[in-house]
Amino acid sequence: MIKMLKVRNIHFNYGSTPVLRDISFDVDEGTLCGLFGPNGSGKTTLFKCCLKFLKAHKGSVRMNSTDVSGLRIEDMAKLVSYVPQEHKPPFPYLVREIVLMGRTPHLGGFFGVSRKDKKIALDALEMVGISELADRSYNQLSGGQRQLVLMARAIAQETPLIFLDEPTSALDFSNQIKIWKVMQTIVEDGVTILACSHDPNHVAWFCDKVVVMNENGIAAEGQPSDVISEKTLGKIYADICSVRTVDGVRMVMPKWVIEKNYGYIGNSVPEAGTVAGDGGNL
Amino acid sequence: MSEWFQSLGVLRRMGYDDAKEVSERRKVIVLISMFVTLFLATAVAMVMGSYKTSIADVYLTLLAHFTPFYEVSNISNLHNTIIWDIRFPRIILNICVGIALAIAGAVYQGVFRNPLVEPYILGASSGAAFGAALGIVFPAIFPSIQISAFIFGSIAVAVAYMLARVQGETPVVTLILAGVIIGSIFSAFVSILKYIATDTALREIVFWLMGGFYYATWDDIITIGPVVLISFFVLWGLGWKLNILSMGDEEARGLGVNPEKYRFIVISLATLVTAFAVSLVGIIAWVGLMMPHAARMILGPDNRFVIPSAAMMGAIYLIVCDTLARTLTTSEIPVGIITSILGAPYVCYLLRQKGRVIFG
Repeated sequence: MIKMLKVRNIHFNYGSTPVLRDISFDVDEGTLCGLFGPNGSGKTTLFKCCLKFLKAHKGSVRMNSTDVSGLRIEDMAKLVSYVPQEHKPPFPYLVREIVLMGRTPHLGGFFGVSRKDKKIALDALEMVGISELADRSYNQLSGGQRQLVLMARAIAQETPLIFLDEPTSALDFSNQIKIWKVMQTIVEDGVTILACSHDPNHVAWFCDKVVVMNENGIAAEGQPSDVISEKTLGKIYADICSVRTVDGVRMVMPKWVIEKNYGYIGNSVPEAGTVAGDGGNL
Repeated sequence: MSEWFQSLGVLRRMGYDDAKEVSERRKVIVLISMFVTLFLATAVAMVMGSYKTSIADVYLTLLAHFTPFYEVSNISNLHNTIIWDIRFPRIILNICVGIALAIAGAVYQGVFRNPLVEPYILGASSGAAFGAALGIVFPAIFPSIQISAFIFGSIAVAVAYMLARVQGETPVVTLILAGVIIGSIFSAFVSILKYIATDTALREIVFWLMGGFYYATWDDIITIGPVVLISFFVLWGLGWKLNILSMGDEEARGLGVNPEKYRFIVISLATLVTAFAVSLVGIIAWVGLMMPHAARMILGPDNRFVIPSAAMMGAIYLIVCDTLARTLTTSEIPVGIITSILGAPYVCYLLRQKGRVIFG
């Protein structure tokens, strides 16, 4: 397995406040990797250091075996694409114009955009399932639709690596699931994804690999089934989570909700100790 | 027409979205019709004036000067003076300044990610006003009003840019704030000069600030023409990059466009043409703010189309306003008054009717 992303010993301070201390992790080619951690753990900062939006004070980042520190912005954009959180630009671009922007690193000439680029942009829209929005104004879409458009743009950029900054944090339940499904589809094509998230359930359900961060750096790293455990979550959330398995699916729940429910339904819920980690049915 | 439909069929077979291709074709047609309108506006403006000339006179005069087929000596001196020495350079200057202000406005709005920005936002106008006022009040030290206006206009923007530059980066908000600060300092300096100026000089300063094309000569065209032409084509070529810049710095980086580099290039060019325009004709309001909006309303926000259409509409608008300025009354009205009076209701209309589409 090729290591698509190799992060080694990243250090970063905002002024004199250290945010990242000695962060190292790898992501294999073709995996959907979740970068999980509470607010303020430095996920976004780490993200921006990898993408060179911020300059890490120490350490190195290699993408597809290339050290990115010496890369020009133009070449970097052929290696990694960035999906920001959905937002409204100041001008009402059409959806297909936004997606076409993903072709920028591959464009040449005076007027730039060729037939082929337009075709690739439309294909990307089709892949995320929103072809019918192509001629709508991006600003007038819903948040979930805008996030999908930005993902289509990253697909059109045709990079081996895609970074997504909390793609689901502002969306409703059905859109969150949709976004994760699209990410899984992209990964099936051999693309590598690194996605920030602060929802432990999402990373447990959808990711191939999880990197868990807290204030002190990386708290755990590995398969979601190993990493999203009460032990790890206890470390980062100070003992408020309970991990159960429902129909073979791992669920993270707040402890007090379970305790509260014992009061109401008593015997119908098995004891906490017996459920954790195995296949008990609720 | 038949060929047009045929090509549509081909497109459909190739699997392209017809609506999309047509819409881009429509945009090109709109651009061409704007160009034709600009040409007609020029022709009409050439005929209008306190001394009536016929379109035939205009045609013959231009023919004589542009081609070897007709001799200048065949035209009466009066016609030659009015058409070739006075009206034509003035209208060409209208066009140059209109293009300059409109593309500068489009570019500034794009890079500052704010549709309410105008070309004077970084202090070019206040700096130029100060330079011009210096030239008027102290003609012995600053013999050329235009050169001194250009120098101080450029200095103002350069200082604002340097003031906003922190650790190799120029955040947009800082840049706009720096422009406001520099602008108000230079406005204060202009007030000082007004305060100490004699009555005649004060009148001249006030007149200069209102803007006007009264003294247009061929020398002005030679000064501003090449600059505007080159800047226009370079900025047009950077139209797509400008789209990307308007998405914000981090996204621009993610999409492979270096925001610092391209922001510097486009702001430099936009400022250059603004400084040239302001130093030649004074401060003309509204064109730079309004024309990019009008262009976006007609052709959408893609800067590859906004820049050329804004440029042509800016040129047409200034030809219309300046023709009104010199024909409405027996004496001349400063053109800045007309651009504002005609422009303000238009922006009111935009705000009420299209506000949500354009500004939100």
